[in-house]
Amino acid sequence: MAGAGGGGCPAGGNDFQWCFSQVKGAIDEDVAEADIISTVEFNYSGDLLATGDKGGRVVIFQREQENKSRPHSRGEYNVYSTFQSHEPEFDYLKSLEIEEKINKIRWLPQQNAAHFLLSTNDKTIKLWKISERDKRAEGYNLKDEDGRLRDPFRITALRVPILKPMDLMVEASPRRIFANAHTYHINSISVNSDHETYLSADDLRINLWHLEITDRSFNIVDIKPANMEELTEVITAAEFHPHQCNVFVYSSSKGTIRLCDMRSSALCDRHSKFFEEPEDPSSRSFFSEIISSISDVKFSHSGRYMMTRDYLSVKVWDLNMESRPVETHQVHEYLRSKLCSLYENDCIFDKFECCWNGSDSAIMTGSYNNFFRMFDRDTRRDVTLEASRESSKPRASLKPRKTQEKAASAGGPVWFRPRRGARQALLLTWRCS
Amino acid sequence: MLSKGLKRKREEEEEKEPLAVDAWWLDPGHAAVAQAPPAVASSSLFDLSVLKLHHSLQQSEPDLRHLVLVVNTLRRIQASMAPAAALPPVPSPPAAPSVADNLLASSDAALSASMASLLEDLSHIEGLSQAPQPLADEGPPGRSIGGAAPSLGALDLLGPATGCLLDDGLEGLFEDIDTSMYDNELWAPASEGLKPGPEDGPGKEEAPELDEAELDYLMDVLVGTQALERPPGPGR
Repeated sequence: MAGAGGGGCPAGGNDFQWCFSQVKGAIDEDVAEADIISTVEFNYSGDLLATGDKGGRVVIFQREQENKSRPHSRGEYNVYSTFQSHEPEFDYLKSLEIEEKINKIRWLPQQNAAHFLLSTNDKTIKLWKISERDKRAEGYNLKDEDGRLRDPFRITALRVPILKPMDLMVEASPRRIFANAHTYHINSISVNSDHETYLSADDLRINLWHLEITDRSFNIVDIKPANMEELTEVITAAEFHPHQCNVFVYSSSKGTIRLCDMRSSALCDRHSKFFEEPEDPSSRSFFSEIISSISDVKFSHSGRYMMTRDYLSVKVWDLNMESRPVETHQVHEYLRSKLCSLYENDCIFDKFECCWNGSDSAIMTGSYNNFFRMFDRDTRRDVTLEASRESSKPRASLKPRKTQEKAASAGGPVWFRPRRGARQALLLTWRCS
Repeated sequence: MLSKGLKRKREEEEEKEPLAVDAWWLDPGHAAVAQAPPAVASSSLFDLSVLKLHHSLQQSEPDLRHLVLVVNTLRRIQASMAPAAALPPVPSPPAAPSVADNLLASSDAALSASMASLLEDLSHIEGLSQAPQPLADEGPPGRSIGGAAPSLGALDLLGPATGCLLDDGLEGLFEDIDTSMYDNELWAPASEGLKPGPEDGPGKEEAPELDEAELDYLMDVLVGTQALERPPGPGR
């Protein structure tokens, strides 16, 4: 499950005070499988929040304009538009069902009154246009008010149609469908800073698209080995640089990040930079590779740093230094001694996201039991907060939680057990305004 | 704020609401809890990984990341187990590193080969093949297993405790697994078979038959490629 919209505002100095602004979604414990949110994303201005769910639906929330009579109220988000983005499909050739679950949503920068976003499931990316209509033309000559064509011989006078206001209608229409370019499951999409192209990445390949062209894409990374038996590594995430339209990065299941420059060659199989932290021999285990697998990579807004999330930590890298990260933040280090059990119940394969705040001064990521962690890079302080329905009164401050290392035996253990289906704060997006 | 280095105060422990505690987490004697990274993996970890791999490949469209990570972990476990395997014909490992290396190489190769054949099936996902029944139809493609009778002793290379697999049949597979682990509703009781993950297709009643048949097949594949790769040795 993922909660939407927590607002953070500095309260006294640079300390962040967190509280729930709103909770959207189902209140009951029993949530239908199709309603489980699979991705969330704010747009650039922060006015719109898009959520995608396992049933292939996209729900967009819009921030209300601040009310002059309530100047201190933070803008509330209300449903703006709901539409079915993807339907389940069946690939007859391979006898496989294609899930309609929305894996990622990315907004395009706004260029006119309409909003555009890309949404993707495992195989197909769609460009959606969300536009408002609040006027209607009345007084057509050739049509009746209810739309029936009038007999031209009956028309004796001409009139000029006039625009009349109507109730606001928000329409979502699919403008482009980018299909049939991915054999494996799409895990990332990223809009380029040129606002014309975007990339999509699956387990073994990355394709470059032009937003206007749907019948063709360029393959820019291909790590599929000639023999599948030699496969030892897959792509886990990819993102374009925020300012340099020729640069992108992709992360792997082995904990490495490759930065590629599209100017150097058409096929970016050879990286320009290779980021990998040497393994600490003292903490080596059979699960070292699994926990090093990177689940998310995000550039900072400045474009100078990037952040990676692996199973136990969040790392900040300086793009100019490939040998090791400049910061490492432990998210839930107390799980390190439980890796075997987490491997048994598959929790060790969970993928968490991470995000930067607007000024790159803080980073945030999720954990188990509805906890999420925020690390302030300037003050070097971190806080653990719980995003649970029990503490979800609007505007009630979230109490910082402590998570305990399990010491030797002794009573009163406060310990939760990550298990399949348990509440995981996997998805994060930070409103940058 | 989470302060590093401060000892927990007793009051803080008491004021927190107690969450459901599963006793086995606290048992320091439990293999999973006493987690100094073991130099040699237990056979249960190996078996678990094999089952995970098998389960992953059973999906109509396997999660490639999950599959690759499990295979790599299995290789790591295999690599650590082979030199430690107690085998009658092998002199003490330090004295005969070349023999150990050969065993490691051949067993690793055998495992790689079997993994390869299983991974090979993935290429059929991309290719225009018919509905996937990879393990049943494709098997190790083009390999002739005939000739050498499956050498059961060869399985020793795959793990020190695999003797129990052969002597006790498949029941031995589950003997060393502590069933108190599986109090989670997502786990079937150990006697009914081990199926990691919530996405169980068959019902619990069917699980034993399916598991045994599939495990049989998996063992055949492993044994078959073992027999193929290894030259017939003495006392096998």
